[in-house]
Amino acid sequence: MDPRRTARTVSDPKVRQVGFFTPPPPPDRSVSDPPTHHDLIQFSSPSSPPVNEHSPSGNSLSPVMIPPPRHHSDTLALRTALQATSPTASLSYSARTITIPQENEDVASSFSPGRKVMSGKSPSSFPGFKSSSVPASELTTVSVVNLPPGITEKAGGASVEVQHDRPANSKPLKEKTSKAERRALQEAQRAAKAAAKAEGSKAPAAASKVGTSTNTKPTKAAKNPSVKNDGSQVAASEKKGGDRAPEKDRKKDAPHPRMQYDDPSRVEKAKKRAVVKQTEARNRVELFRHLPQYEHGTQLPDLETKFFELDPMHPAVYKVGLQYLSGDICGGNARCIAMLQAFREAIKDYSTPPEKALIRDLTARISSYVSFLNECRPLSISMGNAIKFIKNRITKLPLSLSESEAKATLMLEIVRFINEKIILADKVIVKHAVTKIRDGDVLLTYGASSAVEMILLHAHELGKQFRVVVVDSRPKLEGQLLLRRLVRKGLSCTYTHVNAISCIMNEVTRVFLGASSVLSNGTVYSRVGTACVAMVAHAFRVPVLVCCEAYKFHERVQLDSICSNELGNPDAISKVHGREEINYLDGVNSENLQLLNLIYDATPSDYVSLVITDYGMVPPTSVPVIVREYRREHLWS
Amino acid sequence: MWWRSPSFILDRQQQQEQNDSVPPESLFLTSAAPSMADSLQNPKSNISAYYQTRAAHHGVVTSDWLAQAQAAVGRHSDDDDSSESDGRAVPTVGGDGVSGKAFSVIEEFNNWRKQPDLAEAVAAIRALAAVIRASQATTMMELEIELKKASDSLKSWDTTSISLTAGCDLFMRYVTRTSALEYEDFNSAKSRLIERAEKFGEISCKARRIIAMLSQDFIFDGCTILVHGFSRVVLEVLKTAAQNKKLFRVFCTEGRPDRTGLRLSNELAKLDVPVKLLIDSAVAYTMDEVDMVFVGADGVVESGGIINMMGTYQIALVAHGMNKPVYVAAESYKFARLYPLDQKDMAPALRPIDFGVPIPSKVEVETSARDYTPPQYLTLLFTDLGVLTPSVVSDELIQLYL
Repeated sequence: MDPRRTARTVSDPKVRQVGFFTPPPPPDRSVSDPPTHHDLIQFSSPSSPPVNEHSPSGNSLSPVMIPPPRHHSDTLALRTALQATSPTASLSYSARTITIPQENEDVASSFSPGRKVMSGKSPSSFPGFKSSSVPASELTTVSVVNLPPGITEKAGGASVEVQHDRPANSKPLKEKTSKAERRALQEAQRAAKAAAKAEGSKAPAAASKVGTSTNTKPTKAAKNPSVKNDGSQVAASEKKGGDRAPEKDRKKDAPHPRMQYDDPSRVEKAKKRAVVKQTEARNRVELFRHLPQYEHGTQLPDLETKFFELDPMHPAVYKVGLQYLSGDICGGNARCIAMLQAFREAIKDYSTPPEKALIRDLTARISSYVSFLNECRPLSISMGNAIKFIKNRITKLPLSLSESEAKATLMLEIVRFINEKIILADKVIVKHAVTKIRDGDVLLTYGASSAVEMILLHAHELGKQFRVVVVDSRPKLEGQLLLRRLVRKGLSCTYTHVNAISCIMNEVTRVFLGASSVLSNGTVYSRVGTACVAMVAHAFRVPVLVCCEAYKFHERVQLDSICSNELGNPDAISKVHGREEINYLDGVNSENLQLLNLIYDATPSDYVSLVITDYGMVPPTSVPVIVREYRREHLWS
Repeated sequence: MWWRSPSFILDRQQQQEQNDSVPPESLFLTSAAPSMADSLQNPKSNISAYYQTRAAHHGVVTSDWLAQAQAAVGRHSDDDDSSESDGRAVPTVGGDGVSGKAFSVIEEFNNWRKQPDLAEAVAAIRALAAVIRASQATTMMELEIELKKASDSLKSWDTTSISLTAGCDLFMRYVTRTSALEYEDFNSAKSRLIERAEKFGEISCKARRIIAMLSQDFIFDGCTILVHGFSRVVLEVLKTAAQNKKLFRVFCTEGRPDRTGLRLSNELAKLDVPVKLLIDSAVAYTMDEVDMVFVGADGVVESGGIINMMGTYQIALVAHGMNKPVYVAAESYKFARLYPLDQKDMAPALRPIDFGVPIPSKVEVETSARDYTPPQYLTLLFTDLGVLTPSVVSDELIQLYL
């Protein structure tokens, strides 16, 4: 084995240069490279001084956070919640943040709480403090506190109390830290406690000074997801405060702590900030406790009355949120386009408040919209990618642009994103997919995918002779919608439920499926039931073609559909509308009954023959290549 | 496949009626044939030109051919042949360039591909280079359009040849996306392109040598190698192994209907490698003695699978069933942006089959010349880019073409 290895490694580099691309640097390879390098340089240079030990190239691939957890992007609710809380809360905070100088506060307050730039505080001021014990206490709060509003509630009078609660709050995090780190953390907390006691007397005086900015302070703590885990390293990373962008990226690199809904204390906190007061379903299935589940249909009227109270929420965004909530807009592309258009409206009507920078304020604004939409319905991966794109474009705006120019640029970018990444991408997918349909084929599709619908219709327009089998499932019965459109256009269709899939599969020649997302290991994340269809097709040796736009690809790797999913209304599966005689579960309200209505599932890549995307037809193993080569170009340029 | 269910019997009949009226080729020629192709339509459009050439080059045409070859042992007739034809062909290019108007890519291409040592893709690229030479374009754009036309006509002239298509595509990429175009002077850009095209031929030969070098690590002393058909790359691999004093023996399949395996066994016998000939149906019978399967490829497709001479798929299946590694040797210019989902999902490449006896007209004959081997049955691909697993092919293709 060994000689082989060495031989290959020796010959490989030499060989790779030959092929068709001999003398100059190979054109095809370099085509994609230089722009990205250029971009990366651009990316890091304006925002940061040359401190670049966290190299941006690695960071550019940072995972998109889907769904962005509430405590991250929630500005508005947070602010209101904080302002509502008792003044003692702010007092307790100021007691601990007393020594942070004024200039620092300005920076902090101009930052939106929703973003993660926060640790990049003014570099000049910070190092001076780290020797004193007071910043240490600050740091420990940074490292431990997860959800500030909860803390402010509990903090009540003295910060000592807060520190007592901490272990309970941060248990899940603590498990990840090593023993040494825990020790360091404890030391720091002890020191902090002492410091807080010592300075308790000075606090009120300082409180008045910092009072205005206190509300931004705690959010800062929430914004350091990666830093949280290692209390001992906080000081180090904070010390280097100057480099904002790398710092920010580093945080994105770390796996994002998704909101775990089985952690009661966090749910409690999240609820307090929420605009949409969703009521929790009572009886949840054990394995899926970490996912949010709400009673459906109860909160809509409540939200409608709130319309005039929530003044910073743009009406277009509000409308889209309500449509998500009621289920009027569903489907990955439709939801994404609706969201982007609402954001476009919002940007159009946006004006920068006095003494604020557009780049920061607008990002915060968008973040607050996003958290609102997330409360209405958990974001899809495609939406997460689109949000990432917008935020990226906002931060990339040159400072020299005037407000109107900046707004125009952004609106143009959004329209371009919709056109290029969604509409044109679909056209390209259709063009590729049609080549795979031959005369005499029997095509099977599951649910209602917009891309698949376009493919079928286009193939029909081209005069191909084929039949369609539409497979559907309860409770959504989306397939009927697709069926209706297909039949209207004159396609010959068969309609069946997923229960009959094994009977119908032996006459099928191709299976076309849509996807909510394709993950880095080739796993297809799609409407629940897709995996079942793909597996049956695989068993019958029928090729499975997945149609998915490249903007829905995601770097994440997921092995099952448990850890990340969405729960639908449990009533939907227990009740059948209009059939009172078979609603056997009507009166049953037992503690023993747990209903599970999953929205998505994950199809392993083994069952997928081919992914059709706007970059052509690729095997599922090549999804990471596309993510690597093109994510950078589109999101980071 | 779809008539497994009785409910489709009616549809099937309709289908057949339609099939009778529409020739199958028209489905696959989606782009309208450009003007140049109209005048020079492939005369025997239902027979694959690519496989005809292969048969002519590597097949055993007559029974006394062996005797001839026997006589020629020790003397490398091919080399003489090719150098001779090289000498003949080069002036023709010049002549064509001068005469200008009468120039045709397809003739040019046919000239080039008559040489048995020259890969189809290289022949295509040389033909395209001749187009550049003969072109009277005065701007880069004009030249590009002219080239596009020529490559389209070449591609549509023989849709069954994957390496021809891939070669044309690669060359077009060079013309459209290369730094060579950044010269202000049109003439220097043009000469640079020609120069580049000339180099391709050498690269092709070099690629074979690289592949042979890379594969040496996988051939161990005392191993038994099963090969299928005649592949220049595989021959080069085995030749190099023999030169490196490796001890191995080779099983050659017969390679019906061209019987290209006979040719390969003959070449190997010249190298003093122990060879055993098998009929194509004896593959499973001998597989337990075999240590590895070596095949060439007509095309490597995006899934990482290969399209190769008929019979490769069943050999790969048998080898997979008996846990024997299947190695593919293919140059990178055979990588094609195709993605067949199953055997019938390719443009059909047909070829006449001589059964020796007259076949009743009612009997249908399967005349397809090639099959598709899915990637899960392949172990490794030896290419000039390195030794790749099948899934890397798509990565390379994405980087090459996008």
